[in-house]
Amino acid sequence: MGVVLTRSAQWTTAAGYGSGTLEITPLNEAILKEIILFVENFIYKHPQEAKYVFVEPLEWKTNLDPSAFESGYVVSATTVKSEEVDKNGQPLLFLSVPQIKIRSFGQLSCLLFVSKDAKLKEAQACIEANRNPVAKILGMDYNTMKADTSVLNILDKITKDDDPEIEIKMKIAMLLEELDLHLLNYSLKHTSLEIHLNPLTVKKDIELLKRFSGKGEQTVLESIEYTSDYEFSNGCRAPPWRQLHGEICYVLVKPHDVETLCITCSAEGVFLNGGKTDAEGEINYERIGAIYKDLVTFLKEKSAKFSENMSKQTRFSEEQQKVKDQPKEAPKKEDADALHKPITSSNKSKLEKNKINFGKNQMTKRLEPSLNWKTTVDVKDRKISLRDTQEEKHGGRPDKSTLSVSPGRAQLAHKNADKVEEIMSESSSESEEDEEPPDHRQEANADLPSEYWKIQKLMKYLKGGNQTATVIALCSMKDFNLAQETCQLAIRDVGCLEVLINLLDTDEVKCKIGSLKILKEISHNPQIRRNIVDLGGLPVMVNILDSPHKILKCLAAETIANVAKFRRARQAVRHHGGITKLCADDKETRDLVRLHGGLKPLASLLNNTDNKERLAAVTGAIWKCSISKENVTKFREYNAIETLVGLLTDQPEEVLVNVVGALGECCQEYENRVIVRRCGGIQPLVNLLVGINQALLVNVTKTVGACAVERESMMIIDSLDGVRLLWSLLKNPHPDVKASAAWALCPCIQNAKDAGEMVCSFVGGLELVVNLLKSDNKEVLASVCAAITNIAKDQENLAVITDHGVVPLLSKLANTNNDKLRRHLAEAISHCCMWGRNRVAFGEHKAVAPLVRYLKSNDASVHRATAQALYQLSEDADNCITMHENGAVKLLLDMVGSPDQDLQEAAAGCISNIRRLALATEKARYT
Amino acid sequence: MNRKKLQKLTDTLAKNCKHFNTLEVKCLIHLFYNLVGDVTERQSVVIGLDRNAFRNILHVTFGMTDDMIMDRVFRGFDKDNDGCVNVSEWIYGLSLFLRGTLEEKMKYCFEVFDLNGDGFISKEEMFHMLKNSLLKQPSEEDPDAGIKALVEITLKKMDHDHDGKLSFSDYERSVREETLLLEAFGPCLPDPKSQMEFESHIFKDPNEFNDI
Repeated sequence: MGVVLTRSAQWTTAAGYGSGTLEITPLNEAILKEIILFVENFIYKHPQEAKYVFVEPLEWKTNLDPSAFESGYVVSATTVKSEEVDKNGQPLLFLSVPQIKIRSFGQLSCLLFVSKDAKLKEAQACIEANRNPVAKILGMDYNTMKADTSVLNILDKITKDDDPEIEIKMKIAMLLEELDLHLLNYSLKHTSLEIHLNPLTVKKDIELLKRFSGKGEQTVLESIEYTSDYEFSNGCRAPPWRQLHGEICYVLVKPHDVETLCITCSAEGVFLNGGKTDAEGEINYERIGAIYKDLVTFLKEKSAKFSENMSKQTRFSEEQQKVKDQPKEAPKKEDADALHKPITSSNKSKLEKNKINFGKNQMTKRLEPSLNWKTTVDVKDRKISLRDTQEEKHGGRPDKSTLSVSPGRAQLAHKNADKVEEIMSESSSESEEDEEPPDHRQEANADLPSEYWKIQKLMKYLKGGNQTATVIALCSMKDFNLAQETCQLAIRDVGCLEVLINLLDTDEVKCKIGSLKILKEISHNPQIRRNIVDLGGLPVMVNILDSPHKILKCLAAETIANVAKFRRARQAVRHHGGITKLCADDKETRDLVRLHGGLKPLASLLNNTDNKERLAAVTGAIWKCSISKENVTKFREYNAIETLVGLLTDQPEEVLVNVVGALGECCQEYENRVIVRRCGGIQPLVNLLVGINQALLVNVTKTVGACAVERESMMIIDSLDGVRLLWSLLKNPHPDVKASAAWALCPCIQNAKDAGEMVCSFVGGLELVVNLLKSDNKEVLASVCAAITNIAKDQENLAVITDHGVVPLLSKLANTNNDKLRRHLAEAISHCCMWGRNRVAFGEHKAVAPLVRYLKSNDASVHRATAQALYQLSEDADNCITMHENGAVKLLLDMVGSPDQDLQEAAAGCISNIRRLALATEKARYT
Repeated sequence: MNRKKLQKLTDTLAKNCKHFNTLEVKCLIHLFYNLVGDVTERQSVVIGLDRNAFRNILHVTFGMTDDMIMDRVFRGFDKDNDGCVNVSEWIYGLSLFLRGTLEEKMKYCFEVFDLNGDGFISKEEMFHMLKNSLLKQPSEEDPDAGIKALVEITLKKMDHDHDGKLSFSDYERSVREETLLLEAFGPCLPDPKSQMEFESHIFKDPNEFNDI
């Protein structure tokens, strides 16, 4: 009680008056009510102790009229004496208007009963006049206001004594002690959620329990020990980085009936942790099991024996329960009014904002509101408004306050969560996914870890230094253990995070790299992520993605990937156009996206089709990511391909381009082609072939081409007249479309059932293809060559294109350095040799000499195609001579040694043709 | 200079310089003679860029500002210590500037920072190089205190053998751990942006030489 009265109760500090008065605040009122309840019930619960005579009377000025006292009192006009007297015959209650003296709890109870409505005033007057009631009741030895431990010393002494009076005294002392604790807890709960258990109360709890622990049946516990002997100056024993979580200390408790428990005492309450790990006595800090409000409650729950012995020692718990079950009066109307008054409309918005913060804390059960904003927010302002918020809540629903308190705490949290959800209905649905732990700032009064000062010192150079000094400071900062939460929070709390983000906005590449290297590490912390977003870090990092520096880009992408682990950040990234930039033109970035689990959110975003702009961005990102095979596999796992097929209809072109592009990449794999076919993706794809959007057409043709690799798909394409559509796209003015269409035709011709007939059926189709060989776009040329290769597989069609003059046109292209064109050109030539006197014609058009030079290319696929072409051409004697003249034999001899069997054969065949000719000539010469 | 001589010079320099191809060497030689100006070649007169001209180039082309560092860079280029950068020194220096490997750059930077050339970067040298790195705050009693503390921070970070000064192996180890520390005591290499601009401006098709 003493502690509460000195520390928690809000005394006025009117210096002029000898004794202060209690301010009339809701808190004080609540404390007084609790005390009144305690005293009122004392006589019933502890009849023995109620008779105990105080060492000194409690004395104060009362407003009670002597006439109010009835039976059991000797009443005169100005005096009242109780009939109950002490050993010396002195009355235990003596009233001489206006002074009253009381010397027992029994009489105190009676007085409160007599004073009826004036209870509160009497209690207040009593406590104001008796600033140290415990000392008066039990004697100066029990002066709890001086030092808490002294109580324990006395308890110690008492337990060794047998005097019955002293035993009662001890019992009362304990009762008062526990009332004190209860009041402390109660008032703490009442004042704000800021304070729960504190190191002091925990320490007292533990010391108290220690006194009553040991061997034997009567003790409450077998043992209770701290895990660490070292006590920090703030009273905590937990290591500093755990203190940041509000943890105070860890105790090993061995109750009589259960195994040793390793318990964490934190500001939130008491809970079982993972216990000591075997190896080095390290504690596994993970919480297992529920949070209890204090150690005693926790142990009562865990150990029946503790509960039993504890109630032998004191029946406080029952009483506490009763207090709780007692229906509470609704707060007086005037109080409610007074509380409502300051909440005018003007600060309502602020109020709501605070509510949100407050609620978040509740939701995650981190009952540590962020009152200690050291950097930005006006502390006072915030504190007041926060308190208003809470009190409004209390005042606002008097009907619910009748609920019992202990489950009520959870309910309260629940209620608040509900309330918050109403307010932020938008985000309510994502509360699970987006775990946003509350701001957990280092408390101002707690001892700051040394990292704070060191980082603060370095920050000076970040702020006031040029590039050189800044880089040194950044490098030095990187040496801190940035994976450790202490450092992460230190960086934020000294305001360094802001500076780091500002550095990203400078022109100095080195500063940016250094800053990002740190941000990348600390953004593993969810709180930091949120702070980065709040400080506007994302748009800056998204901009960096445009930078030409690869390292910088990668660092930014990694950091963004970390930060984007919660939804609000993702929205911000999207908003700033980051998705399209992220993702992913070079392989490295694509891999990064995958490694950081960016694919799943991307895939899941596909299901939200309302926002077309976003959809376009998301599909764009998927397209770019799907260029990497590993990513495609992931997409298949997330069923993204089915979703993409679904997006082929009724979408704007920007979306379609990306969707089709992504499908085109996906369809490079057999499994995905099957999926696309099975989902009915081919029909909409073919339908898209009639569009006019160039980019879209390029992608559609590519995707259709990819699908055509599959015979079954090809049948569908053919039945939908897709080949004709592709063919007509060869007339498209854009070279990209032309090329892409020609590429797509290749597998179509390859896999069509009656390819020759089909090709034949396109009137003027073959002429169109041959004429495309006059294009000057290398890609178009290569693609058309590839198409011709396939067309030439049919003899009749080969005859037709020969008539259209394919040989001179192909020969004209022979002088090129482009390996892609070389390869497809060589293939086309080798296939076109199969008709009439085409072999000779190629020779006449001087295609042979350049082809020999292709053998010097670095591209193995060029070698093979060229060797095959030369093999075909070597059937003609003149060509052999040309080849020999151009040194083909030596080159071909090298090719014979290639591991590529086709190349081997073609080269060998070609050589044998040349050799045979030489032998024939020699023979002719000698005969 | 006649065409034949120029061709010979280009070939010699290109052979000795592994980072540039012949075309690039040609461009750089051309640039060099443009910068030096039209000096008629005489015996016994060294043709080259003197300290001021060279510093001007560093400032304008590569955005360097620190006088002391620029002086050191000049000394880094001027291998024969004759007070002027001749054409081969020019090519050699630029090959490091633009294409140098990390090893080459570390060696060069260490030489730049080792002001007295004794093989160590001492505290005094660090102080000297960092003394202008902080904004002077009028509130501070000792304006040098911040610099001194910065020197200590640097030593803590880079002085691996704890002898109170940086040897090349200290420096090398630090840079390999964190490349940002390559230019720890001031920018003495071109920043990537001006390097890119320089290269795109200088290395052009030989036919466009006359534009420079």
